[in-house]
Amino acid sequence: MRAFYTWLCIFITVCTAAAGDVLVALAMRRIGDLGEIRRRYGFFAIILRVSSSGVLFGGVFFMAIAFFSNLIGLSWADLSVVGPASAALTFVTNALGARFFLHENVDRRRWLATIFVCLGVLLLTWS
Amino acid sequence: MTLRKYLVILSVVFFGSVGDAFLARGMKHAGAIDIHHLSRVFSALANPYVILGIFFLLAFMSSYMTALSFADLTYVLPATAISYVVMVLLSIFWLHEHVSPQRWVGVAFIVIGVGVVAGGPSRTEHLAAHVPASALKERV
Repeated sequence: MRAFYTWLCIFITVCTAAAGDVLVALAMRRIGDLGEIRRRYGFFAIILRVSSSGVLFGGVFFMAIAFFSNLIGLSWADLSVVGPASAALTFVTNALGARFFLHENVDRRRWLATIFVCLGVLLLTWS
Repeated sequence: MTLRKYLVILSVVFFGSVGDAFLARGMKHAGAIDIHHLSRVFSALANPYVILGIFFLLAFMSSYMTALSFADLTYVLPATAISYVVMVLLSIFWLHEHVSPQRWVGVAFIVIGVGVVAGGPSRTEHLAAHVPASALKERV
């Protein structure tokens, strides 16, 4: 039964982490390059723009769920199971989310990089 | 990509990997959390390693947001995966752990993945969205 709960935790972590990453990426794209904003309008302009973004807070909310789900998963199973499974699956779901929700141009180069990193993470930690 | 942008990517790697290491250590100290007592996860927040981990992850979050303000999500995520390699190097030189050949192959895969994505542009959708197709062909 513990294995079922562990994989349920990994599933929740992957889905909410991908939703959080996509929403934060969307918010930061709308806000613009923070370095450029600081140069032109000063540091407080960054604080103002970031704190007034509802999409960003939505992303942080999903990231917080992923964080607690990951913590619970780590307490039930070894880092060598929870870490690689959630990290590798999150890479793939993020690439899909970026392709379909952010309309990023996920070309062959980026898919190749995502697959190499996924395999690398699995080999590195699932021993 | 300017030097400042590479430094932002590096800070994502540093704060993320160190924060994760502190969290993992803290949760081992806190012990298993029962499915019927999920609220015990909040008591883990009193653990000093978990607190340190959260501070590092806050720094990670601000550098991650900065990176996403100038680069695509599908660029930032593989590029910052080099943090897994940093963890392996830390385990060798700091913790004196043995690293198996399988793990070295994993390191090689990640380095190749990071190299593949880092060689491309950090932002792509602007090219597709705002530049006419004829201009794109000229660039290529």
